[in-house]
Amino acid sequence: MSDSDKKKPPRRDFILTATTAAGAVGVGAAVWPLIDQMNPDASVKALASTEVDISGVEPGQSITVLWRGKPVFIKRRTQEEIESARSVDLKDLKHPERDEDRAKNPEWLVMLGVCTHLGCVPLTDKGDYNAWFCPCHGSHYDTSGRIRKGPAPTNMEVPKYVFLNSKTIKIG
Amino acid sequence: MSDHDYQPSSKLGKWFNDRLPLLTLSNHLQEYPTPKNLNYWWTFGGILTFCLITQIITGIILGMHYIAHADLAFGSVEHIMRDVNYGWLIRYVHANGASMFFLAVYIHIFRSLYYGSYKAPREVIWIIGMIIYFLMMATAFMGYVLPWGQMSFWGATVITNLFSAIPFVGESITNWLWGGYSVDNPTLTRFFSLHYLLPFLILGLVILHIWALHVPGNNNPIGIDIKKPSNDTVPFHPYIVIKDLFALLLFLIVFAFFVFYSPNILGHADNYIEADPLVTPAHIVPEWYLLPFYAILRSVPDKLLGVIAMFASIFVLVVLPWLDTSKVRSAIFRPIYKQFYWFLVADVLILGYMGAMPAEGAYLIIARVATAYYFLHFLVILPVLGRKEKTLDIPLSITEPVLGGFPNQATTKNKQDNRENL
Repeated sequence: MSDSDKKKPPRRDFILTATTAAGAVGVGAAVWPLIDQMNPDASVKALASTEVDISGVEPGQSITVLWRGKPVFIKRRTQEEIESARSVDLKDLKHPERDEDRAKNPEWLVMLGVCTHLGCVPLTDKGDYNAWFCPCHGSHYDTSGRIRKGPAPTNMEVPKYVFLNSKTIKIG
Repeated sequence: MSDHDYQPSSKLGKWFNDRLPLLTLSNHLQEYPTPKNLNYWWTFGGILTFCLITQIITGIILGMHYIAHADLAFGSVEHIMRDVNYGWLIRYVHANGASMFFLAVYIHIFRSLYYGSYKAPREVIWIIGMIIYFLMMATAFMGYVLPWGQMSFWGATVITNLFSAIPFVGESITNWLWGGYSVDNPTLTRFFSLHYLLPFLILGLVILHIWALHVPGNNNPIGIDIKKPSNDTVPFHPYIVIKDLFALLLFLIVFAFFVFYSPNILGHADNYIEADPLVTPAHIVPEWYLLPFYAILRSVPDKLLGVIAMFASIFVLVVLPWLDTSKVRSAIFRPIYKQFYWFLVADVLILGYMGAMPAEGAYLIIARVATAYYFLHFLVILPVLGRKEKTLDIPLSITEPVLGGFPNQATTKNKQDNRENL
């Protein structure tokens, strides 16, 4: 073998690498459907939005509707509750978000009724802030659904929603 | 081993054995030399095999009557309880059988911890055992979801939400696990499929576990290496077989007590309410056998770190053979380890109790101390103790302390020599 032959990688190495690479891509392509079948399917995604009639909700009252299998809280807040949510200093918050950003229409707070800790449904009008309290592991939320005390890492999530008219909200 | 010389006596047996040496295997299992000083803590391997077979048989039967659908599952379980012939018995055996399985596995694991059975050359047996234990927890968790009661649903929600703590991809992973945006019918059907599959994986691992055990042979209460076969051993059949069967009989009395006299005492009343995604039960608790880990999860105030601590508490057991640096196996000859062993037992029991209590006030503080001690035991105490502890003299054989008096300084070589022998 001459020196130049030694420096060049043998052709068989190239073939081996190419075959292994092609094989890995092939196996990956074959396995992907087996994994992806577990993701949310078309029938689940088809239920991605829901319309809610809110004409019967009085100030201070809260209703719970099911959206994508999860509860959504729709709370018509009293003036007092709006003020208490908006007067909070952002520095006091674990997950700083302005109430103005969470409730576009201050009277209506729409959010997923799912504790961001481990997914339990918080109780309404309970806890240190007289708003929401999760009984599972003791997270307290304020009148804007923001985490104030307890293990939950973030505020309760605000889903995408629009007011179709003064009586109907479309979530999703 | 003497198996290689084995010849079946009948002509047909010899013909078959030459083609598939099954009879050689069964002869090996009968003659397998076993230390003669094995105590009753060693009978739990056989008891666990019984538990696994019982779960598989009752599970296959329940699968004939159960319907894996969010709208029908709860009703089909009540149908099993009320309409199916002996359905109540089979379901209660299966549900309590899971608890009995864990009771036996915890005794089996703590026996191993006391007598140092996880140490060289038995590390692989131990690791396979830990994989079995982990699969048992996954299987039991998914099985508990199937009746689709309130505790099923919310237990599944809380446990699957653990994965949402993973940074960046957590939400995609939980949606993938759920097959939707919450625990729902797709989650139930896949849990049923996996709950059916995993016990057979466990069965395969149990065979590997026993195979790996038969390479070095059993550890024994004094934890020394013994010659096999010798004066120190007895054949597995009939000596150990009969002892195992007697222990199984005693175990079955406990088992039958739960099944016939208090079949629901280990469950939660909330699970007789059908799953409701809008209402969380006031107090979510996992099954008793998962409580220590649940306590560890809750004692860490950060979500991600809590999940990491919980998984770490299991992983630390997997690497235990390398954390315990002592060459002496049995706690009988480790006076200080023996005390720490009982501290650990108490610590795990305390964690279990704290896992059942609400995570607040004094409970939370005690749970945090107990969690810290759990990791301290494995990560600090064991490695240091193995180097510092002054161990007692070890007999050279099982018969020696009996025949020659114990401890017999005349026949016992000094400790250093013994360590080299181990």
